[in-house]
Amino acid sequence: MFLSSNPQLNKHGELHHLLSIEGLPAAILWQILDTAQSFVGVTQREVKKVPLLRGKAIFNLFFEPSTRTRTTFEIAAKRLSADVINLAVNVSSQSKGESVLDTVANLAAMQADMFIVRHGQSGAPYLIARHVGEDIHVINAGDGRHAHPTQGLLDVFTIRHYKKDFRSLRVAIVGDILHSRVARSQIHALTTLGVPELRVIGPKTLLPSNVDNLGVHVYHDMAKGLKDVDVVMMLRLQNERMQGSFLPSPQEFFKFYGLTADKLALAKPDAIVLHPGPMNRGVEIDSDVADGSQSVILPQVTFGIAIRMAVMSILAGN
Amino acid sequence: MTKPSLPDAEELLAALTAQMRPHVTAQTGLVGIVTGGQWLAERLHRDLELEVPHGSLDVSFYRDDFQRKGLKHQVTPSAIPFEVEGRDLILVDDVLYTGRTIRAAMNELFDYGRPASIRLAALVDRGGRELPIAAQFVGTMLALPAQYNIELKRDAQGRLSLALQQP
Repeated sequence: MFLSSNPQLNKHGELHHLLSIEGLPAAILWQILDTAQSFVGVTQREVKKVPLLRGKAIFNLFFEPSTRTRTTFEIAAKRLSADVINLAVNVSSQSKGESVLDTVANLAAMQADMFIVRHGQSGAPYLIARHVGEDIHVINAGDGRHAHPTQGLLDVFTIRHYKKDFRSLRVAIVGDILHSRVARSQIHALTTLGVPELRVIGPKTLLPSNVDNLGVHVYHDMAKGLKDVDVVMMLRLQNERMQGSFLPSPQEFFKFYGLTADKLALAKPDAIVLHPGPMNRGVEIDSDVADGSQSVILPQVTFGIAIRMAVMSILAGN
Repeated sequence: MTKPSLPDAEELLAALTAQMRPHVTAQTGLVGIVTGGQWLAERLHRDLELEVPHGSLDVSFYRDDFQRKGLKHQVTPSAIPFEVEGRDLILVDDVLYTGRTIRAAMNELFDYGRPASIRLAALVDRGGRELPIAAQFVGTMLALPAQYNIELKRDAQGRLSLALQQP
């Protein structure tokens, strides 16, 4: 999309905005993962705060509802000692007809230092990043079907925590790839970090037609796709994004693509299971698996705070 | 101008160890500042036969020059493997200069708990303080022109030496 220049990088090639994992050099991903590792220690201390972003104003700008992502960004900013302002824009100025850029310009005039943006339309964070002053940083917290880079980063952080080395892994991403910004970010992150075998598993109707261009192996059968994998990354079935009939029914989906203990037994015995949440139990994942010993779903949430602390502090320092 | 000559780091460490010995107990907590201070803390911990494991601090998240410099170098996780609350601590660093690193380290330590006391050990004190900070244990005093930086190195055998960097 941006072949000549990456709008996320400043003139020194450092990260200025985090909009997508696509196109980021591996060195920047490693820097984020290693910095996050240091923040994991901070969040286990008596005082879970460092003074790094003291006096900075960070705006959580959510044009689409979210609980977990907004909360973890808020906690991350607070643990960096920044001031956080939460705005659910869909219920305030947007309903009065103010444009996205007007909203952002007004907030910038309130001396914002950073915007965390979630928007239903792909590309909205890019639009905002292009129009803010050069001392303001923008983080994409999920835009349409396009990208959710901090989720992709916290997923690879979780995988590194349990599996240490990416270069020997077989990873499967399962479910609704078509509507999933999470899947796109995961694929770019895993590929950039050198995972040799990446599989996507789902029904034809929920896989983008050009998915093999991303360098992944496509499976429509769970039994084949999960065979001997080290990591199973489940996706949420995006009910609210589905218009028309992609699926006969959630029950039908569970029968073929829901992760049950039987299906998970086909993966390696020490395989881990990830899910970005919120889970639809009994639709894409069985409760036995979600709460089972191979599940790392709750550690993902904890690591998500450290990843967001790392991204914010790296951006603020560049 | 001729390059200033540097003292032998191993000899300084021996002197520092001897100075500290009468002032520590087995329960004293050593905290080395990454990376030179961490190497020194490892050696001091062994030679002073302390029972409490030694800790290490990377003060990047507490520095006062973050606005100007950002998070450039690789940050190592801090690790304080003992209870800070109520303990006598000794911070260990290779070179004591402006005192800003020590201020950052003290701020970080207090986020782990309230120590009974903090003392400071430095292999080299080169003066030039910008804050009211002093070391209780010093390997040597060394006056150096401002354009020089000294850095502690460790070779494959674990032998320590001082090196001069001219920017």
